[in-house]
This record gives sequence, structure tokens and C-alpha cells, in this order.
Amino acid sequence: MTAVTDDLPVRRRSWLAASLRFARRQPLGTFGLVIVVIAAIAGLSAEWIAPYSPTANDFAAMTEPPSAAHWLGTDQFGRDLLSRIVYGARTALIIGFVSAFVGGFLGLVLGVASAYFGGWIDDVLQRVMDILMAFPLIIMALAVVAIFGTGVQNVIAAITVPLVPRCARVVRSSALSIREVPYIDAARTSGFSHARIILRHMVPNVVAPFLIMLTAFVGQAILAEASLSYLGLGVQEPTPAWGLMLQGGAEEYASTAPWIAIFPGLAIALTVFGFSLFGDALRDAIDPKMRER
Amino acid sequence: MKTHLRGLAAGLSMAVAAALAATPASAQTPKRGGTLTYMIPADAPPSLDGHKENTFATLHATAPFYSTLIAINPENPSSSTDFVCDLCTEMPKPTDDGKTYTFKIRKGVKFHDGTPLTAADVARTWQYIVNPPKGVSSAREAYMVMVDKVENPDDETVVFKLKFATSAFVPALADPFAYIYKKDILEKDPAWYEKNVLGSGPFKFSSYEIGQSIKGVRNPDYYHEGQPYLDGFNAIFAAKQSVRVDAIRADRAATEFRGMPPSARDELVKELGDKVTVQTSDWNCVNLLTPNQKKKPFDDVRVRRALALAIDQWKGAPALSKIATVHTVGGLVFPGSPLAATKEELTKMAGFGTDIEKARAEARKLLKEAGAEGLKFELMNRNVDQPYKFIATWAIDEWSKIGLKVTQRVLPTGPFYEGLRAGTFEVAVEFNCQNLVNPLLDVAKVLPRSVYPENYGGYEDPKLIELYNAMLREPDPARQREKMRAFETYALDTQVDTIMTPWWSRIIVHRSYMKGWKISPSHYLNLNLANVWLDK
Repeated sequence: MTAVTDDLPVRRRSWLAASLRFARRQPLGTFGLVIVVIAAIAGLSAEWIAPYSPTANDFAAMTEPPSAAHWLGTDQFGRDLLSRIVYGARTALIIGFVSAFVGGFLGLVLGVASAYFGGWIDDVLQRVMDILMAFPLIIMALAVVAIFGTGVQNVIAAITVPLVPRCARVVRSSALSIREVPYIDAARTSGFSHARIILRHMVPNVVAPFLIMLTAFVGQAILAEASLSYLGLGVQEPTPAWGLMLQGGAEEYASTAPWIAIFPGLAIALTVFGFSLFGDALRDAIDPKMRER
Repeated sequence: MKTHLRGLAAGLSMAVAAALAATPASAQTPKRGGTLTYMIPADAPPSLDGHKENTFATLHATAPFYSTLIAINPENPSSSTDFVCDLCTEMPKPTDDGKTYTFKIRKGVKFHDGTPLTAADVARTWQYIVNPPKGVSSAREAYMVMVDKVENPDDETVVFKLKFATSAFVPALADPFAYIYKKDILEKDPAWYEKNVLGSGPFKFSSYEIGQSIKGVRNPDYYHEGQPYLDGFNAIFAAKQSVRVDAIRADRAATEFRGMPPSARDELVKELGDKVTVQTSDWNCVNLLTPNQKKKPFDDVRVRRALALAIDQWKGAPALSKIATVHTVGGLVFPGSPLAATKEELTKMAGFGTDIEKARAEARKLLKEAGAEGLKFELMNRNVDQPYKFIATWAIDEWSKIGLKVTQRVLPTGPFYEGLRAGTFEVAVEFNCQNLVNPLLDVAKVLPRSVYPENYGGYEDPKLIELYNAMLREPDPARQREKMRAFETYALDTQVDTIMTPWWSRIIVHRSYMKGWKISPSHYLNLNLANVWLDK
């Protein structure tokens, strides 16, 4: 007798095929992914891509417009803008990814734990989240920087803190429905520890919305970093950072050397746009309801 | 691009022409009337008390309300020796071997409340500045170390008796912050002037909105005949440069009196042509890069010397002058002053050599000897663009050329000063801004904190104090200059207590209808607006 399963077609799709299917169904998302990948490559291999040192002053080439020697022109110190933007991608992505992942992970754990335990723990955690969410992201980040000071680490902390409650709130709502399913009850009655139930049985089931949120968080974190740097509260000169480049040149040279403001501005806008498009497409691809459309 | 540059050049030419045209204009008969609106590039000043504060924000807001005993000649404010009487009747000749100065005070001067101003008010004011009572703050006490006592033998006479004769005294007396206050109020409540205004100057106080604006109206009883020409003034606080530039562009303000960077000048000149006039001057201000000698390895003179040697002053100054409000390479003394070092004298000191490769090789050798190769440290800076942040970015790049890895920590003014005073920094971007060019007192900035409270280098050095005192008391100009060189060489080369950066350059762009005002080497000088008029 032939097993029933032997008759079923094996639906294994290769990684490449899955990618092509994603690209076909989500062209905008793919465009976003391409931008993200370009930014990531720029950040990771800045030493090899950047034609000049991002911090070396060149007084013979101050405020030069785009040319063959300097594709995106130079700033007021004669620093090559392309090189600073390429290195700035590293700063943006480090801060963006670290803030998003740390904030997202903390939010994930707190959100699932809040839903799992319920009762007073849920009440207390949610009220704390309410308080944190009462402040817009940038205001909360400003407050953290004002207390702890500037610098890459403090900027990461400043952006991470407001991301935690945003993630925890969404994750909790997904986890609440999972808490009620029979296999969780079965796990409880089998005597599994809370940590095991949360990490092995609940967390994997909220990963889909979590991943979507994560992509959005990276974009938000990059924007927040640029905003803080623009306000003079983020990373400081001579570190190449997109927001800082806007602060240094945007106002003083807006009319005489507009490229100093335009290109870092474009880098910020494109990267955030890329993460946003990719996140939306990822949501559509993962969501079964959206997938069927 | 060429068209763009041609446009800029044409604009600059027009501005220069306008500036030239302004010279005979000052000889025109001033017109009476109108209200001058100008910008103050700051937030609200900490207080309105000129005796207590040393920020330009206080001075730009309150100078038009007050009189001083003497002042720099408003027709020649670039001079460091041309003083004129404000409240006195005649500049006195010193007696008692240069140790006594007797001033006769004008009759008929009134405070704005109508009460008479007498020598008693002048004497009490100066007594409080020179030797403030307990609990009263005088920002200029340290500059008046030569004064023994101030007396007023009668209602028309004030006598200054000095401990020793010095040419630093008269310039110190012309301090623009030394407002003459009313004796009764000072004695009753010395803090009264922090929140109130009562002077005898060309304008009477009208209104003050904290952080927004301060207004004054013409004082009809002003003692300089015919002045002031304006009906009043309106000073608007605006910390952001773009706001100030926009205000001048849109003719909502005629000018600001601190100084603009070259880019702002170019922008306004390009757009407004001969509607604006540009006045430029060297500026008695300089940023200093000060290592904290209480922190290792900056207690090692070899490390401090290496920091100085790495910086190419001669290449940096002309380049920075295109983007920042700096211009001239100099030592401790304001460049151009008779006491300033010549280029030949400068080049003998660490950090001023003309062979930068040789200097950097020496710097690397010194760092190696000190065990500080590849040193990493933090440069503390103030959150002020011009020129602080420009200086820092330049210096960090220069230091990277000898293998130093320097990061920057930028702090708002309050925390920045807290950091300086608490010594919680490794190297700081400081400043030394003075009003009248008075090198003997201006260089006191590098004296140890036990002598000069605003020194933050964290060192004590009896030899430096000894050199300074010898110079201050030296009556012979030639020998005084020699002693200044010895003092400067010891501070900048032997000990490298601080590292100089290019001296500032002052650029004032004002609407061409504003007449009668002349630029000086200080944003603290010539601000009472008595001789300003509007050609509208």
C-alpha cells in the first residue's frame, strides 16, 4: 500500500524562486529592498567604496560643486560629500539597526510576557508603556539625550527607549490571542517553565508582525538619528552622519552651495523610503490574507 | 558657476563701493528721527547688570541706557589709545608718578528718573567694580588689580589712586560694561540692576520682553549736545543666524553688532547689493585649545607640545577665514598691537613654525617619548557654530595627522562652563574675548586660576605669575615688550599651557541707511548708539 503522503506533490520552493516571486508580486517592496541593500553595502564596505577620507579637510577644494573629481561636490571644509555620505550610511545603519533590534527585542519580550502573565503584571507593564508612548519618539529621544548627553551610544539609547513600548503594544495584542490556544494550555499542564513557554511557544508565533515592525523601526531610527544630529544632539563632527551634514551646511550654504544640503537630505529620504516600502511589502507577503489577494 | 561667481564679485564690488561711500556719509549732517531695529545674536542674557555679566547679550541690550566715565572714541573705535570723556569733562594727566588720576565730572547730568548724577555716583560705582562688597559680583574685579582706592573729595571730582603705575589702567577704565549706577540704589540693593534699568545714557528704557526684545526711547536730557539722533531703538533677540540674516534681508532689522561669517555676508551682498554696507575688522577674540593638566597624559609637556606642533596655523588661517569668523595667526597678544609678536618671533614658538612636516615629525617623536602614540581623547566644545565648531573640526583633522584619535563632545553654554569649572574635560575649545585692546590685561587669561578665575588649564605656575607681574609693572614700552615676549614664550612654548588658533575676524553687514556707526575690534565696543542715525 502506498502511503497517502507519497502521492502529495512536494511544495518546496528554492530561495531564488521565492525571491523572484516576491519581486514579481511586490515590485515596490523590491525597490525598497534594493535601496536598503545598497545602503547596507555602502555602510559595510565604506573603506573600499569611498574615494576619499570622510574626515580629511582639503582647503584647496572647499564648497566645490559636483565634478568628476568629487561626484557629489565638497562641503565647506573641502571634504568629499560622496565619501561622507557613504560613511554616513554606516553611522545611520549602525544606529538604526542596533536601536531597532534592541528596542524591538525588549518590546517583544515585554509584550509577550505582559500577555502571557496577564493580571497585575499586564496592568503595570501596560501603564508604563502608556506613559512612554505619551511622548512622541523624537521628544522622548531628546529627553534621553538631554539627560545622558550626546555620542553614538547615548543616541542609540535615546532612540531605543521610545521604540520599546511601540513594539510591546503590538506584540502583546498578537500574543493575547495565542495565549488562549490549546497548545499553550498543554504546555502549561506539562509543567514547562514560563520562560520556555514564552520563548519557544509564543514568541515564534508573533514573529511575523514583529519582523514587519522591525523594518519600520529601522527607518524610524535612522530618521530620529538624523533629526537628533541636525539639532546638534546626535553624533558630533567630524563623524560622518547625514543629519549632521545637514546641520553643518544646510543653513549657511543653502544658496551658495546647495549640494551640501541636497545630497545628505536625499540619502536620508531614500533610505527611510526604502525601509518603509520594504516593510510594507514584507507585511503583505507574510500576512496570509494579503497573500491571497 | 562662472556666472554665479561673477554675480558674487559684482555684489562684493557694490558693497565695497557702498562702504567707501559710507565714509563721506559719516561727515554728512546727521538726520534726526526714526527707530533703529537690530538683532542680538543670543537668547535672553542672564541678567541686565553690566557689572555682573560679561556676555555681549547683556551689553547689546543695555549699553544704550548707560553712561560710562570714559569711552573709546566712537569716531575712531579701532584705536586702542584714543579715549574720550563720557561723563568726565577732560581726560586727566596722571600725577604722583602715574599713580593718581583725577577726573572732573560733568555738571547737569541726570539719571533717567530725573535725579542728578554726581561724582558720588561715579565713585561708588567704581568702588563696587574694583572692590565689590561681600555677596556682590564684579566680573571686572580681576582687571582692576592696579587700583588701590577710588575717592570723591567733592561732587565734581573722582580720584583713582593706583598701587603701581601702569599703562593698562586707562584702557581698563574705558570698559564698556562699567555702567555708572546710582549710588543710593547700589547701597540699598546691589542686585537691583540685574532686573531693572536706570541709567543716564542716550536712551531711556521703554520695555523688555525676556528673550524677545528690548526697546528704548530717546533721552531728551542727554548731555552730549544734539545726540542721540534716533527716536528710539528696538533690539530683537535671535540666536539663530538664519533668522538674523533673513531679518536683514527683509529689512525687518538694520543689522546685528556681533559679527557674521563670510557666507552670510556674501549671501546678503549678493542679494541686496548697495542696500547693505559691509564693515570688517580684526577682532579681539580668539579660541584657545586648552589641555587639562590635571588629566593624564596632558600633565606631560611633551604631549601638550605635540598637540601644538601638529597644527598648521599658517595654512589653516587663510582657509578658515573663508568659512568662519577667523582670520589672523597670532600669539597671546592681539595681532597688530605694538606688544604683539611679529611673524619672525611667532615662528620660534611651538605650533607656529613654517615647516609643518618637520613640526609633525617632532610631534610624533614627542608622543612616542611620552608613551602617548595614537592617543585617543575627547575635545569638549561649546554649542556655538561660529567659530567654535569650525575650529574644532579643523583641529581634530590636524591632530589626526600625527595619529591622534580625537572625538568631540559639544555642550550647551551652561553645561560647557560647568565642565570647564569642574575640570571634567581633557582638552577644551575655550575663548578669550576682550573689549578694548589692552594686551597687558588681555593676556591674563593664561595665568593660573588662583590669579585669574577664568583659567581652566588646571595648573599652578609661580614663574608665570612672576613674569606677568614684572611685565605689568614695567613702565618702559620697549622693555615691556621684551617682557611680554618672555611671558608669551613661557606660556605657549615652554609650558604650552594653551594652544592658539587664528584670531577672529569681525564682519558687520548693515543696511546702508544706518549711518554714523563704525566698527571696532570688539563686539563689546561702541554700542550706545548715541551717534547712529538713519538716512531714510
